Amino acid sequence: MKSTVVAFAIISAIVTIGTVVGFLARYHHKMDLEQWTVGGRGFGLVLVWLLMAGEIFTTFTFLGASGWAYSRGGPALYILGYSPLIYVVSFYTLPLIWEVGQKYRLQTQADFFQVRYGSTYLGAFVALVGVLCLIPYVQIQVIGLGLIVEIASFGRIHHTTAMIVGCTLVAAFVFVSGVRGVAWVSMIKDVLLLLAAVYIGIAVPHIYFGGIRPMFAALIQAKPTHLVMPGATNELGHSWYVSTVLMVSLGFYMWPQYFGATFTARNGRVLRRNAVIMPLYAITMPLMFFVGFCAVLILPRMSNGDLSLLTIVQKTFPTWFLGVVGGAGALTAMVPAAIQLLTGAALYTKNLFRPIVAPRMTDQQVARLAKVMVLVLTFGAVLLAIYSSTSLVSLWLIGLAVAAQLFPGVILGLFSKRVTTSGVFAGLVIGTGIAVFLMLAGHEQEYHGLNPGFLGLCFNFAVTGLVSKFTTARVLGFGEKVQAVAASHSGNACL
Amino acid sequence: MKPPSLGAILLGLIPFAAACFSVSLWDRVHPIVLGIPFNLFWLISWLLLTPLFMWRAYRLEVPRSRERTEHGEDGGH
Repeated sequence: MKSTVVAFAIISAIVTIGTVVGFLARYHHKMDLEQWTVGGRGFGLVLVWLLMAGEIFTTFTFLGASGWAYSRGGPALYILGYSPLIYVVSFYTLPLIWEVGQKYRLQTQADFFQVRYGSTYLGAFVALVGVLCLIPYVQIQVIGLGLIVEIASFGRIHHTTAMIVGCTLVAAFVFVSGVRGVAWVSMIKDVLLLLAAVYIGIAVPHIYFGGIRPMFAALIQAKPTHLVMPGATNELGHSWYVSTVLMVSLGFYMWPQYFGATFTARNGRVLRRNAVIMPLYAITMPLMFFVGFCAVLILPRMSNGDLSLLTIVQKTFPTWFLGVVGGAGALTAMVPAAIQLLTGAALYTKNLFRPIVAPRMTDQQVARLAKVMVLVLTFGAVLLAIYSSTSLVSLWLIGLAVAAQLFPGVILGLFSKRVTTSGVFAGLVIGTGIAVFLMLAGHEQEYHGLNPGFLGLCFNFAVTGLVSKFTTARVLGFGEKVQAVAASHSGNACL
Repeated sequence: MKPPSLGAILLGLIPFAAACFSVSLWDRVHPIVLGIPFNLFWLISWLLLTPLFMWRAYRLEVPRSRERTEHGEDGGH
């Protein structure tokens, strides 16, 4: 009983400090919709870094990566494979997306489509796709919170109770502080998480095997095929790896919350510099793999791989350390959940509800409805999490397979003059349809050795190109719009 | 909207070739490097090498984007 109290006191202290910082961050800033969603577009290198790193290193990395290293083995390497590549893609796309966002005062991903393609219905559909793909992602964080508290209480607190408490806190601080609060809380959790991850990743192989080298030697001896693809699975081989890594690298910044984080930056160069250095931050990820691999030998018969890291920590270290890991882990779930809820709510109210149902709503009413939506989405995610039995990494791949379908519309919207509104609309509908259909039909991870989201993306590009060829563009590309504006301005100046 | 220069795009393709398309060449356990299986070691090294290539690309792109902002500001007046 006493050990539980120690672990719990520490977890509660960390979560409380995090929440208070979130509340404090709103001072000196008037909270209108723009401040709430994009932090007034004034974030420099440090805050953008914190926001992006904070969102990217989530429960998915912390528990999910070690979980897949444990349960799947080799195929989990795809997480290390895409880690540098998403930033390579972002190097080319994000500064341009930022530039457009600045020029047209964009706040959401759906705004981008609406302005570029001049169609409210396309914007609304993009918002719908965005909310859809966010649901599994919020679910990951909620499940993570439940697992952490359950383990840290040695099973005394049921994970359903834990999920409900955690989510109430998340909803409360999103409600009050918006995106700025999230960036500051993410600093606390990043420091804690980094220290914990480095320590666990190095200490666990040392304690049980005397080092990383003997650990791998023992694993190769015991399970020679676990470390290469397809590992513990039958079908996640090399073609799956290439298609999944491609889908993730192209689609990653199509998660609506990461797309939205772009708009918080002060200028485009901040984003480009961020893209150069971010892969270095991912260097903690292999340590999570080490823990998962250790668990294969130490805890050979666990039914839920996502518990492997936490179970090892509980088994190996003193309870106060379990408290620190639990607290860092809880913030790691809460920060991304907050930003995901914020994005989902903004998408729904601003791009789906207002334009389609109630065009005469004022900005204040939109802001109020967005806050109500935060509560609705939180409640929905908790319900789904309670009844879910999918691994964290699989949930993530399901969400991203949908989000990635927005890539053609964004990339062609930036660079192509010939792409048309109907082309993008048709491609998006077909791509999303194929990905969702395959996943619902039981091919959540692969279909004939390929990633279902990747297959959707191929059809998406093909249909977009084909339909664009036979329709004419009614709307100017961004470049041409800017030129048109510039021309009219310089014309005035001459007069 | 000015697309990135060809040089910058080629630099970005190098990490893609290394960490994605060539998977069947490096997805094996041996040789073990620094105690780590080869596939794991290979991907970890690309976490460190990618910033070097992208830093080169950054040097290529910065003068171009500066030119663009100045031009844009002129147009706005």
